[in-house]
Amino acid sequence: METLSYVLQQLINGLQLGAVYALIALGYTMVYGVLRLINFAHGDIFMFGAFTAYYLIAKWDVPIYLVFPITMAVTGTLGFLIEKIAYKPLRSAPKIALLITAVGVSLFLEYFLSLNSLFTPNYIGFPRPFEVTGYELPLFTVTNVQIIIFAVTALSLVLLYLLIYHTKHGRAMRALSHDQEVASLMGIPVDGIISFTFIVGAALAGLGGILYGFAYPQINVFMGIMPGIKSFIAAVLGGIGIIHGAVLGGLIIGVSEVFVSAFLSSTMRDGVIFFILFLVLLLKPSGIFGKWIDKV
Amino acid sequence: MSFFSSAKRFLICSAIAYLLLKGLFLSGLLTQYIQQIILFSFIAILTSLGLNVIYGYTGQFSLGHAAFYGIGAYTAAYLGALFKVDSILTFLPVLCLAGAMAGCVGYVVGVPILRLRDDFLAIATLGFGIFVKVLFDNSDRVSEVLGGSRGFIGIPKIVNLEVAFFAMVFLILVTRNLIFSRYGLFWQCIKDDELASTAFGINTARMKLMAFTYGCVLAGVGGALYAYLYSFLHPSNFDFLRSIDFLIIVIVGGMGSITGTIYAGLLWVALIEGLRIGLPAQVLEFRWVLIPLFLIIVMMWKPYGLLARKESKFLGLGGNG
Repeated sequence: METLSYVLQQLINGLQLGAVYALIALGYTMVYGVLRLINFAHGDIFMFGAFTAYYLIAKWDVPIYLVFPITMAVTGTLGFLIEKIAYKPLRSAPKIALLITAVGVSLFLEYFLSLNSLFTPNYIGFPRPFEVTGYELPLFTVTNVQIIIFAVTALSLVLLYLLIYHTKHGRAMRALSHDQEVASLMGIPVDGIISFTFIVGAALAGLGGILYGFAYPQINVFMGIMPGIKSFIAAVLGGIGIIHGAVLGGLIIGVSEVFVSAFLSSTMRDGVIFFILFLVLLLKPSGIFGKWIDKV
Repeated sequence: MSFFSSAKRFLICSAIAYLLLKGLFLSGLLTQYIQQIILFSFIAILTSLGLNVIYGYTGQFSLGHAAFYGIGAYTAAYLGALFKVDSILTFLPVLCLAGAMAGCVGYVVGVPILRLRDDFLAIATLGFGIFVKVLFDNSDRVSEVLGGSRGFIGIPKIVNLEVAFFAMVFLILVTRNLIFSRYGLFWQCIKDDELASTAFGINTARMKLMAFTYGCVLAGVGGALYAYLYSFLHPSNFDFLRSIDFLIIVIVGGMGSITGTIYAGLLWVALIEGLRIGLPAQVLEFRWVLIPLFLIIVMMWKPYGLLARKESKFLGLGGNG
């Protein structure tokens, strides 16, 4: 009984982390779908979301129900600008040049924002706008932070699902991920849809940043690197380009990370995640729900 | 002796460079710190050359090069501690073994992951790099000497101008001759078009693995030199950012250009380490803001690097030098 409740408790903690990873992984998977690019800067957009929320809450006392839309708008704009300034001029360049540019954008954001006159490279405490309270259930405890995270993630997933499968923009995005050239022949504004995809992905990453701040209230300009890479792994695990794959992958990665920390050793955590990546790439590179077997 | 005679010009250039450096080192004009930076630039060139073989010549994008550099460094340091290495004579076999070890690991890792392409290969090598860093962080569980996250201390400082410089010159020559051999042509052929190479009857899987292993050997040798130059190793010296350093040297210098790697390596070390001497801290923190911007601009302007597929006639690295 003791063990069972401990395992369940860790499962809840893992799902909490996994939900944040899922939000970031969605952006990766959508961008990869339309542009075939690993947007390395996505983790930094997530970081920027956390910092925006920090400034809104701690410095300017913005009410909590406004923090979410403002942060998402700010990170969405950032995603839009990154695509327009850095990636668009390279649309016809070799694929690796685009990837290196993405790494460059990521490093630029990290080091530019870590200047002492901006965010500074130090850890900053993230102010929660509410007290953390736990609700005792028969086998485990759920905190209000966890409930918020699960609720917000679930809600945004439903909205995203409706957007992709039930709107014109969503249909255009899906068409682009099948074949960009043919899509443009069918009258789909390719550049506009790519920008739109970046905005949606970046807004979700910003949302992830706020939730991450609530759950782990310490933020830093370099905080986006590891969650970014792990979320990409989550997207690969679920099958890159597939929305529900990214969510499942995120949850699996989050739970395994917490389980490894709880039952093995917290220093081995990252190693195990990358071992999972290795196994996926070798055994089924197209991921759990994958369909593009020959693309890898 | 065609191995040496075909690179006469390069050998003469390096002999002159060596004499100049030796004179400078003996004259006492250079502080200990600057001498160390100069030796480190040779290590950076050597290691980046390995990445250039993998990425620049063969087109296999790797974001985990620092892992092999680290494997070389830790192997050399561990062997040194085991066999009490304290002179150049005993160091040379350790150097070779460190290169061999990195090469073996590269081979074993390369067999599965070189099936992947482009960005998936990038993420797999990146993952391997982080995996290796985690292993270094936990290495004190295996053996106390390795130090884990406290770092590996007490490595004797053996690497001097001669060791670093001649190791670099020798391996540049080997690399140059490999590049102009049939294997080098196979590698470049794979980079240009893998499918067409298969159609010509090139065993692409084997050739890619060969290039990858050779690149890892160079990284391993570079790492071993690093260990015995700085006499202290820390897992954070072999993380993702270090892989990016080597990648930047290769890209800025130019894909498929030994000359480019040499110039970019010197420039890079001068920028990163050399600027520390004169400039105040407020200016220094801008370095890492400007470097990524520079990288992005290079990618937009010349996506294959500044000296892509060009070799300097002056240094005698060209085809008929």
